[in-house]
Amino acid sequence: MTTLPDKTDRKLGLVIDLDTCVGCHACVVACKGWNTENYGAPLSDQDPYGADPTGTFLNRVHSYEITEPDAAPRLVHFPKSCLHCDDAPCVTVCPTGASYKRVEDGIVLVNEADCIGCGLCAWACPYGARELDAAEGVMKKCTLCVDRIYNETLPEEDREPACVRTCPAGARHFGDLADPDSAVSQLVAERGGYDLLPEQGTKPVNKYLPPRARDCGPSGALTPVAEDPRGFLGWLDRALSKLPGGS
Amino acid sequence: MHPAPSIILFTTLSGAGFGLLFWLGLDSTPPTGWVAFAFFTLAYLLAVGGLMASVFHLGQPRRAIKAFREWRSSWLSREAWTSTATLTLMALYGAGLTFAATRIGALGFIGAAMALLTVFTTAMIYAQMRTVPRWNTPLTPLKFLAISLAGGALLAAKTAFAIPLLLLAGALQLAHWLMGDRLTETGSALVPNSGTLRAFEPPHIGDNYLTHEMAFTVARRHALKLRVIALLLMAPLPALLLALPGGHVTGGFAVLFHIAGVLAARWLFFAEAQHVQARFYGTHARTESV
Repeated sequence: MTTLPDKTDRKLGLVIDLDTCVGCHACVVACKGWNTENYGAPLSDQDPYGADPTGTFLNRVHSYEITEPDAAPRLVHFPKSCLHCDDAPCVTVCPTGASYKRVEDGIVLVNEADCIGCGLCAWACPYGARELDAAEGVMKKCTLCVDRIYNETLPEEDREPACVRTCPAGARHFGDLADPDSAVSQLVAERGGYDLLPEQGTKPVNKYLPPRARDCGPSGALTPVAEDPRGFLGWLDRALSKLPGGS
Repeated sequence: MHPAPSIILFTTLSGAGFGLLFWLGLDSTPPTGWVAFAFFTLAYLLAVGGLMASVFHLGQPRRAIKAFREWRSSWLSREAWTSTATLTLMALYGAGLTFAATRIGALGFIGAAMALLTVFTTAMIYAQMRTVPRWNTPLTPLKFLAISLAGGALLAAKTAFAIPLLLLAGALQLAHWLMGDRLTETGSALVPNSGTLRAFEPPHIGDNYLTHEMAFTVARRHALKLRVIALLLMAPLPALLLALPGGHVTGGFAVLFHIAGVLAARWLFFAEAQHVQARFYGTHARTESV
């Protein structure tokens, strides 16, 4: 069924902290590793060691340079995967019913046996969260590691998405965003978590935590030691100024 | 957006084919016998040929039949139904004309309506995409319908209808371009309160499906020249040829020019359309502000 459920019992999703992410891409590698061996077709690579390597990934990290007036420029690393939208446009465009949103936990999945690889869902997604696998001809997307989070054969601490489990900076959080008392909901409330491109009307479940304002400016290491040097530094300054080429 | 040749061929050829079926269905004095056979063969070659091209565009063409399932929500699924219905109804109507010289009027009318509905569903696949602002407008289905009706009238030799429809199609095409050019970059900041944001490093070294399919930047250096050529070939030139006394020779050239013009315009329809997703790659040169 490619109509969306009116309401989902839970809204499982990710909260991604842009203040903490160091851009190491460990989540990208962990995601590729887990999802190549588990749910659905493997995430294939084309020409991986050749001149023009490409491949399917469910999670990618962009890096942006931010410059603000009166502040040092900084980098913000921006991990991007499926946001498991409440109003997922990728689901309703699907002609076969392969794309669907689960009523019990809100996870958006692709039933690969029904996918004809038309690519319309990837067009409908404003976030670039879906990629057509070139080897399999079916659409791949983040499953929120549906085969980990309910997997009782795994130790309990591993029952979260591979990207969250592996993040060395603790920048990724997993939980139920429909429950206002959950740790992720509290984090969103505390840190002003925001929706990505809300004007697209997708009502994303995943939230991003904005980078915190800098609490210190540039240290001033490059300003002159002293405008009016005395003592040893004064002698050194005069001596160096006398050398040819000095000023 | 990636201008895939299969999709450009499909929308152009099947648009003309379904347009021809529309005029054949409405005609109160339609051709019969071998002439009817020739007209219907042409219409089916265009419509079915286009559909075949689109099926081979799929990642899993063998499962194409499953596309009939979700007509309640999906325009692509609706297109599968309307195109099949049109082709079935018009095959019966055409068989009546060809083999029995009998016109089943009701069948023709319903088939004509379904042919238009097919073109509308095709256009809505693009027009529904909020992620592609240039497509997300009522002008998209209007343009597709006008081009299909004009091309169909041209192929059906309905000169009195073809000339005004060609000019209407040209005007709508021009309006679609101008409206698209007036779109300004809008949308919320990727990172709020971030001053000026610039793409520093993409997530990958080479290309991937996303950059190839949606952040596709074609050399648009000659876009303006191409627009002029497409528009002239598509509308005024065939209209002028139809006004000349030349019969089948000028008519034939009018058809060829028109199809070439629509193909070029359809290429631009994809190549000039920008997907919101390209913002993440910074290919939309823009300054983020609060």
